[in-house]
Amino acid sequence: MQLTDKHREYWRRNLNLTGVLLAIWFVVTFVVIWFAKELNEVVIAGFPFAFYMGAQGALIVYVLIIWYYARRMNQLDQEYGVHEGEE
Amino acid sequence: MTALTQTQFYSQLKRYYGFYTGGFITFVIVLAILEQMGLPAAWIGYIFLGATIALYAGIGIMSKTADVSEYYVAGRRVPALFNGMATGADWMSAASFIGMAGTLYLSGYDGLAFVMGWTGGYVLVALFLAPYLRKFGQFTIPDFLGARYGGNVPRTLGVLAAIICSFVYVVAQIYGVGLITARLTGLEFAIGVYVGLAGILVCSFLGGMRAVTWTQVAQYIILIIAYMIPVVWLSVNIAGNPVPQLAYGQVLQQVTAKEKELNDPGTALGAAEASARAAHKAKQAEFEAKIKALDEAVAAGQGADFLAAERTAAGDPKDFPATVDALKDKWKKAADGHKKASGPVAAHATAFAGKGAEAKLLREKPDASAEEIAKARAEDRAESNKKRLNFLALVLCLMVGTASLPHILMRYYTTPSVREARKSVFWSLLFIFLLYFTAPALAVLVKYEVYHSLVGTPFADLPAWVAKWAAVDPTLMKAVDINLDGIVQLAELTLGGDLIVLVTPEIAGLPYVISGMVAAGGLAAALSTADGLLLTIANALSHDVYYKMIDPKASTVRRLAVSKGLLLVVALVAAYTASLKPGDILFLVGAAFSLAASAFFPALVLGVFWKRANYAGAVIGMTVGLGVCMYYMFITYPFFGGSPDNEWFGIKPISGGVFGMPAGFLGVIIGSLLSRAPAKEIQELVDHVRYPSLEGDIETKAA
Repeated sequence: MQLTDKHREYWRRNLNLTGVLLAIWFVVTFVVIWFAKELNEVVIAGFPFAFYMGAQGALIVYVLIIWYYARRMNQLDQEYGVHEGEE
Repeated sequence: MTALTQTQFYSQLKRYYGFYTGGFITFVIVLAILEQMGLPAAWIGYIFLGATIALYAGIGIMSKTADVSEYYVAGRRVPALFNGMATGADWMSAASFIGMAGTLYLSGYDGLAFVMGWTGGYVLVALFLAPYLRKFGQFTIPDFLGARYGGNVPRTLGVLAAIICSFVYVVAQIYGVGLITARLTGLEFAIGVYVGLAGILVCSFLGGMRAVTWTQVAQYIILIIAYMIPVVWLSVNIAGNPVPQLAYGQVLQQVTAKEKELNDPGTALGAAEASARAAHKAKQAEFEAKIKALDEAVAAGQGADFLAAERTAAGDPKDFPATVDALKDKWKKAADGHKKASGPVAAHATAFAGKGAEAKLLREKPDASAEEIAKARAEDRAESNKKRLNFLALVLCLMVGTASLPHILMRYYTTPSVREARKSVFWSLLFIFLLYFTAPALAVLVKYEVYHSLVGTPFADLPAWVAKWAAVDPTLMKAVDINLDGIVQLAELTLGGDLIVLVTPEIAGLPYVISGMVAAGGLAAALSTADGLLLTIANALSHDVYYKMIDPKASTVRRLAVSKGLLLVVALVAAYTASLKPGDILFLVGAAFSLAASAFFPALVLGVFWKRANYAGAVIGMTVGLGVCMYYMFITYPFFGGSPDNEWFGIKPISGGVFGMPAGFLGVIIGSLLSRAPAKEIQELVDHVRYPSLEGDIETKAA
């Protein structure tokens, strides 16, 4: 089994994607919590912002992150010819 | 069924579960009609309990199997959507279903650590673990550790950690099952435990993962319907909007306004509240004086006389504490309770409230000097920062713990492909999200109801459910007129967190059949999680210990027999432990997350993302991670004889994982760098799991 450059590129792109998504995850979770007191001063539709993020916003972002990762990786598999056969 | 293609199988499943959902709704409607015709409430409870357990058992019997791959990983053909539902049910325990909204009710913003922690962890599952574990494609998590790092020691450590986390967790689930069964039918708690256990066993015993998977899908459908209906109804009642998640923003504002009013003695409501708080304060002082007298008597060597005198004074009740220490504890608890009730209400959405030292100072001493005010402010800030730090630590531990709990990770072995595994994490979180983003709405809606229809009402006019639940369990609901004005104040109400979900149908004015359905939903949540956990423990023992280490030549029949035998033993031990009602169960559940995070996460993630990680690194990393986390809990948690004085940076013992995890990562890295790089075969294995398909690839998939 020998990895080609194409394979290495696939893995590099996977790592980039993982890194970017992880950064988003970090910001909506930990950065928002860190500034929760300040962010709570902003009120949208009755919700103080940090409270809203903790109760709904961050969760929605998590769902989207995972949705996007699955979609993008499944595309990359095809693009780099490492996808599985149909079952 | 084996002759079906995956597509046919998928559409068949959709049809089956479509019918099933319709059937369940019809069943509830029929019961509702019967209730109107006069069916007593107790009967409705029995019918719900009997019908749902029979249903789960039925699915278990239909899915019975003697095939190893079916037994361990449901034949690896569970479509992403259904694996998502099964994971949702597997994941959401009694604590999520019943406890979550209650925690949010009681602690407002600070309770959101659980909401974020228990959902955000799936991002880590999706990015770091699920697709790679699926490609590896064996049966258990220790399997991966064993293959990736070689040798029996990493595998054994994996088994050990899997058993510690899962066992603690399963005891809590069986405890929940017992509690709900007892509530639903009026049976005794200990009997409830074993009845529930029977329901768990019928399913997992016959069909292993296959039966558990299809039962969990059925359980998910019940639990989500049961959770949603009362909240939607309540939201229509209060906000006139059937989407509680949107509606409660406005309600939250009203709740916050009310909280301000309650804390302001200038208003009529605030003045009444202040008088109730003053009465609590007097009671607190009374108990503190008693404790002081007790301490003096003990110091003078007259503890026994003191106890006897107090017993006589109390009218010699049966439940009077037997020792001086127990009496002191009881008084201390009472004093603490009154102290808590005498403080102002914290605003629901406020993050990391300080001690209130500044407010208190200004109240008691309006002419305080600038220096005193600055000191009080600093105190408040320190308290607030400590809360924030603990919140961050808890969120991190819960997230990483989620991505390390074997019973969840195992579920991603059951999908047909890597592609489906990735999609399946999405479905899992979506289904979990439905409940978790509803819980904060429910908490706020119930709070609104308490502030508006309980507070300020004469005791004689309280709604019927208050008296009913007070009779069931005074720790869940209690209303005492402490300042004797005949009107209910917030400080006079005690609400237990577990009450919130259970009482919602009654607050919303729904018929009893909905209460029965909510209890059945809670039962489904507890049973499904218990199923998954028991299977994880039994599989770790039978597959990893017996088959892989003791007798690799064992026949299929023998392997399954051992597995089922162990399942029975583990279940009985867990049920026995639960029936003893061990204290501190909530702490133990939280601790399971910290422990899992410290033990598994570094070795699993580095195993995929760092080729250089090797045997020595894994052994050192897992031992050190688990060791540091356990040590920290041991020195800081009073139950183990520790003391909060030993805390590092003021971090609570439940979040010990924030120290265990970095220690684990360092352990793996240092251990690996100090020893030789792993063999070529191992490096090939890493490439194998990284690419869904590779030419000339090796094969690790177990049949």
